Amino acid sequence: MAIVDEVFRQNLPEMMEESPCVAPQLHVLAVDDSLVDRKVIERLLKISSCKVTVVDSGTRALQYLGLDGENGSLGFDSVKVNLIMTDYSMPGMTGYELLKKIKQESSVFREIPVVVMSSENVLTRIDRCLEEGAEEFLLKPVKLSDVTRLKDFIMRRKVKEGEKRSHKRRRSLDCGSPLSITCSPLSHPCDPSSSSVLSPLSTKKARL
Amino acid sequence: MDRNQSRRQLTAMKQSLFDQGLLDEQFVQLEELQDDANPNFVEEIVTLYYRDSSRLISNIEQALKERTPLDFNKLDTLMHQFKGSSSSIGAKKVKAECNLFREYCRAGNAEGCMKSFQQLKKEYAALRKKLEAYFQLARQAGPQETACRSK
Repeated sequence: MAIVDEVFRQNLPEMMEESPCVAPQLHVLAVDDSLVDRKVIERLLKISSCKVTVVDSGTRALQYLGLDGENGSLGFDSVKVNLIMTDYSMPGMTGYELLKKIKQESSVFREIPVVVMSSENVLTRIDRCLEEGAEEFLLKPVKLSDVTRLKDFIMRRKVKEGEKRSHKRRRSLDCGSPLSITCSPLSHPCDPSSSSVLSPLSTKKARL
Repeated sequence: MDRNQSRRQLTAMKQSLFDQGLLDEQFVQLEELQDDANPNFVEEIVTLYYRDSSRLISNIEQALKERTPLDFNKLDTLMHQFKGSSSSIGAKKVKAECNLFREYCRAGNAEGCMKSFQQLKKEYAALRKKLEAYFQLARQAGPQETACRSK
């Protein structure tokens, strides 16, 4: 299985304090039953300097995370994943079911952002996923710009979370993103090439 | 001299594939993922696609040969998978045939399914030949032609 990356043993806020310009590597777990799509998403993520773990089913994803109830001792410390990207239509456990299982966790796993990918632009499907807590719904084929945007968002969010945790210390960041409690939107309203969907209202912008 | 000629031919060939509607933007997106360390990524993906989808093709073929009435749900599910992979490599025309097939499935039109599947197989085979020629030429032309990244 995965070799634990030393980077993730360190406390993120501490890292940011020591060297604010060093971006720790994002570990992404990608789930897709299609071999071709797994290869493509893996490449997209590697080009984006992410550490990638790819599995072919929801069941395997849960196993990897240690949530399948079998390896109770593994849990959070052994495997740290910063983002889960899952295909929607998969045999056995769908991406939606995987999403639900993760969001129903009473542990930190619930906080891992989950992005659902699908080749089908079905409104009810999108709504369901977003309601269940999906971070974003991406239309396939996923583009590099989708991954870049996603990565930026996750990184910025981690910084904010780190700052909130160490709120006593004053720290200046070079990236200059404003401190805000509300979630920033993943897709900018003026971005015509955006293929992500945040709400039913923005479905029209989604690429078919 | 030979290499330059190859490169010109390669560009022309690619343009032709686009003009004929065989490939779409996704193919370009894939080419942009190539770099010096991975100069043949698209060829690898396409090879994988043909190898992996042949299984789906024979499953669909098998399902179409089975007893009538056809299991349209099963056929639609299989075709959905096939369409997904085809879309991921930018196979525009093949993808369009997939959509047509699925429409026939939803309409419960067995005749339509069989006809469109024949057409789909033709497009699928034709694209394979053309892409094989393209990648062969790409190898001759050298990595600079298709790789868009410096690192």
